[in-house]
Order: sequence, then C-alpha cells, then structure tokens
Amino acid sequence: MAKSNITRRAILGAMAATSFCIAPVLAASNKQAEELVIQLVGEINAIIASGKSESAMIREFERVFTRYADVSTIARYAMGTDSRRASDAQLSRYTKEFSGYMARKYGKQFRKFVGGKIEVNGSKPVKKYYEISTTAKLNGEAPFEVLFLVSEGSGELLFFNMFIEGINLLLSERTEIGALLDKNRGNIDNMIADLAKAG
Amino acid sequence: MTTFKHLLALIASSLIAGCSTPQDTAINDPYERTNREAHAFNKAVDKVALKPIAQEYANIMPDPLEKGISNFATNLSYPADMVNYLLQGNLGEAMYSGNAFILNTVFGLGGLFDVASANGARPRGTDFGETMARWGATEGPYVELLLLGPSTQRDAVGKIVDFALDPIGPLLGANERQAVQSASIGAGLSSRAQYNDMIEGVYNSADSYAQARLYYLQNRRYTLGIKETQSDDPFEELYGEK
Repeated sequence: MAKSNITRRAILGAMAATSFCIAPVLAASNKQAEELVIQLVGEINAIIASGKSESAMIREFERVFTRYADVSTIARYAMGTDSRRASDAQLSRYTKEFSGYMARKYGKQFRKFVGGKIEVNGSKPVKKYYEISTTAKLNGEAPFEVLFLVSEGSGELLFFNMFIEGINLLLSERTEIGALLDKNRGNIDNMIADLAKAG
Repeated sequence: MTTFKHLLALIASSLIAGCSTPQDTAINDPYERTNREAHAFNKAVDKVALKPIAQEYANIMPDPLEKGISNFATNLSYPADMVNYLLQGNLGEAMYSGNAFILNTVFGLGGLFDVASANGARPRGTDFGETMARWGATEGPYVELLLLGPSTQRDAVGKIVDFALDPIGPLLGANERQAVQSASIGAGLSSRAQYNDMIEGVYNSADSYAQARLYYLQNRRYTLGIKETQSDDPFEELYGEK
C-alpha cells in the first residue's frame, strides 16, 4: 500500500507543479498591458505630430523608449551569450548606448507614421507575458499587423519585444550586435564605441 | 515543351526535397558564400542605379499619376493571384482577387484607380511559391538571387512559374504588353522610393546580408502562417525559468 501512496503523492505533486507552471504568474491584467501599448503609441504619435527637428524627435524617442521598454533586458538579449563575459561597467555603458542607437534607428523609420495610426485589436496572456495585437494603418499602404510583447519580468510592466509582420525585433537586434562584435573581433569596448555611432 | 518538362521536374524535385526535411524555422543557408557575393552585387546595383533612379522617378512623377501606375500594375497581378489561390484550394481568396480585378478594371479606368481598396476590399497577394508551400514543399535553402534579392529554393522555383504563369499576357497586343511592362517597372521604382528608410536601415546595418536574410525569412514564414518555434521569451533565456 505504501508504494501506491508514494505514487499518488508523486502524481499529486507533479499535478501541483504542472498547474503551477501552466497558470502564468501574472499580477497585471490584459487591460493594463493594452493600456501600456496605447500610451506608448500615443506618445510616439504626439512626438511625430510635434513637428520638431529630427534630432529633437530622436531625443524624445529615447526618453519614451527608456520609459516604456525593458531596455536592459532587450540590450542583454541582443548581446547574446557575450553579455556573460561583459563587466558590470561595460554592461551599463552598453545599455546606455543601446537605447540611443535604438532611438536613432527606429526614430528615422517613424517618418512613415505621419498621418497614420495604430489600432489595438486585443491582447492575450502567453506564458509569462502578454501579446498585444495591433494594426498599423499608414498612408497609402495596406494595413499590417504589429505585435507588442509586454512583461512584468523586470518587476515593472514594460514592453520587451515586437513583431512587425512577423519580423522579430529582438532577433534582428541580436543579429546586429553580433555583427558589430564580429567586426570588432569580440572586443566589447570597441563594439560599444561603434554602437554609439550606429543607427 | 522541354522547358515545361524541366520546370515540372524542378517543381517535383523541390516537392520531394520538401518531404525529406522537416518544417523548420531555423536559418538554412549552405550557399552563404555565393549568396553573400550576390548580396554585394545587389547592394552595389541598388546604390548606383536603383535607388537614384527610384528617387528621381518619385520626384518627377506627379503623385496621382505615380499612384495610378502602381495601382494599374497591382491590378494586373490579381488574375495570377486568382489562379494561385485556386491551385491552393482557397476559393474565398480566389474570388476576392477576381472581384477586385473586375471592380478596378471596369470602374477604376482599367485599374488606374484602386476602387476595391477604397471599398475595404484589398486582396492579399500570393505567388506560386506559396502554392507549393500549401502543397507541402518546405522552403529549402536560403538563396539571394541576382537583381531579384532574397528568396528560398522553393520561392525561386515559384518565381519561375509565376513568370511563365501570365494569364493576361496572351490577350494583349505588343503595345499593350509594353505598357504593362513599363507600369510594373514604375511600380517597382515607387516601392523602392516608398520603403527607402527601411531598405537603407537594412543596408546600413553592420551585416546587411544577415539582416536581409532574417527579415525575408521571418516575414515570408509569417505570410505562410508558419509559427516560429524559437523561444520568444528573453527572460527565460537570460535569467532562467523562475
């Protein structure tokens, strides 16, 4: 009988563990995640509509990026396994340059957004994050899907990835930082110096 | 006839190749060396010819005329889309493409005005590469084609078929055919100018070949409805399963 008891306990334990794994540990709600994306899109639209110079706009984009995105996670992921051999000082310098680079690179693309809009279609929890589906409707172009991924992994509800018609921002940036590292033969300091000029 | 036979053999072989390899979302690039050479060539052609001509074209052409030419070219792609959708067994999309073609041709001055889109009916484009994917062919190795850009083995075969599959070509006279060709060149120049910021973004990146490859493969798989199997949760990877 003891044997079957252990088995039962093991099964119960396994079931408990499984249910723990399946139920995502999400403190925030779908709505809050959607709200974050709506605010983010609103801020970007306001900057574009402001009609400021490109360099002023890019400074604003960087402010919005550091406010709404989990910059340290995105930056670390982009560096890949090389981030493990980076010192804390290198990582913090790299993260700072990375946000400037992202603002310059994507800020230039936002020119296309003038007169366009992004509509939130809905959201759903996936694993431990939320996926917010939106449709971008830009002038003279067929509407296309942009997915925002929002997580509380950093302790705060922030966006950490997006898919523009299937193109994964994190993978694209990992390719970019990987190429910059290759170009500098793995030298992290030189890669950071290049990053400061890129975008 | 022999070219037709060769084509069939090529399609059959890519279908068989498709059966032997599982559907994968990784990057399969055994021809990277020659692909990189093609990429360098394409990039150079873009810089010295395509980009400047496209910018000149977009500057000179009055916007409504430029738009009309692009609409005209897009409209002419709908019959081939319809055939492909029929081959894919997608009757709904086939009708949608066919309707848009009739609507634009009859009420949009032969396709110069996109009446269908204005009424919220903009069909999604397709091609024979997608048809083969629906038939079960996997994408095969990545290839960057000279002048045509990023593709895969399957989609390259698809391009050949699409070139041969020209449902309206036989109906046209020599002058009309030339007009159609000019319109599609114009439409190509328009899109080069329209997507300039994005294309420059790719070309200016540290490894534009790898970036173009990633963009193409991810967007293509997204269009074909193939789910990426790679983990998309950086928290798991960076900080481990918590």
